[in-house]
Amino acid sequence: MHIMEGFLPPAHALGWSAASLPFVIWGLRSMQRSVQAQPEQRMLLGVSAAFAFLLSALKLPSVTGSCSHPTGVGLGAMLFGPAAMVPIALVVLLFQALLLAHGGLTTLGANLFSMGIVGPLVSYGVFRLARGLGLGRSGAVFGAACLGDLATYLCTSVQLAWAFPDPVGGMAASLLKFGGIFALTQIPLAVSEGLLTVLVVNAMARFNAAELQGLPLFARRGVQA
Amino acid sequence: MSRRTLMLLAAVLLITALPLCWVAQPTDAAALAEHFGGADAQAQQAIAQLAPHYQPWFSPVLEPASNEIASLLFALQAALGAGVIGFWLGLSVARERAARQVPATAPASDLARPAEPAHPQP
Repeated sequence: MHIMEGFLPPAHALGWSAASLPFVIWGLRSMQRSVQAQPEQRMLLGVSAAFAFLLSALKLPSVTGSCSHPTGVGLGAMLFGPAAMVPIALVVLLFQALLLAHGGLTTLGANLFSMGIVGPLVSYGVFRLARGLGLGRSGAVFGAACLGDLATYLCTSVQLAWAFPDPVGGMAASLLKFGGIFALTQIPLAVSEGLLTVLVVNAMARFNAAELQGLPLFARRGVQA
Repeated sequence: MSRRTLMLLAAVLLITALPLCWVAQPTDAAALAEHFGGADAQAQQAIAQLAPHYQPWFSPVLEPASNEIASLLFALQAALGAGVIGFWLGLSVARERAARQVPATAPASDLARPAEPAHPQP
């Protein structure tokens, strides 16, 4: 989902950066607040950040014959809310933009918007909805992580289609093209991310049951390993 | 590890490995070069088709000297993440084991006695 350095026209690059900036401030504040209020959650926050680091470094093969990577940000969004994942995604994207020439500084705003904002928001929303509808923990975690991952790649497709509309078919044709590259490739990867997230949440339920009870989306129903 | 955990891990492994067997190897050289290439690079090509005159207006500050260096840095990123997760899992397993063993090995009287201070006050 990394839009390469310089591959968004200046107006788009600036626009997405401006759109992401308030979320960064919101995320930093929210993270600070939750660590101050519940210092015992630092370990799980660290694990969530580590999970995003690990998963976004793994480029996996897909059925379309190309490779892409999961994002790993759904886990933290479910545990700590979508805001907490914005700074974590920013660190991952900065690392890759500065050292790896993967993504870039001019496209940082757009990439942060897809991976750090849209993905976590969708994961959080799906998880809340699924729990509200009475779905079991594992099913809800799987669906939320999976759909959040897909949402990130759909967002990237929309961003590129908006910047590069098809000369004949317009934005819709362009979206179909970028969607075919990103979203289709991502489906098996999103399933993998969902399964891995379930694994980590299972481990947390077993080893960190007390901490998990202190988190708003896990406390209501009670968590049984 | 429970059976469920193993099944989940096996499923992830299968989902990752199966595309490598399923997707037929292309016969012409150009397609072969892109076989299992990055989706990001494909998007770049799509941009070149849609807007042939588009010129990237900024280039990366630092580019990895080679593919080897790039994979070194990706491995470093994954290792950092996996290291923290491994630390947490190891700590958790040890903590759970310690909690289980204390009541079994220590006599009940030891548990009832208040712990001695590590640094006695003068």
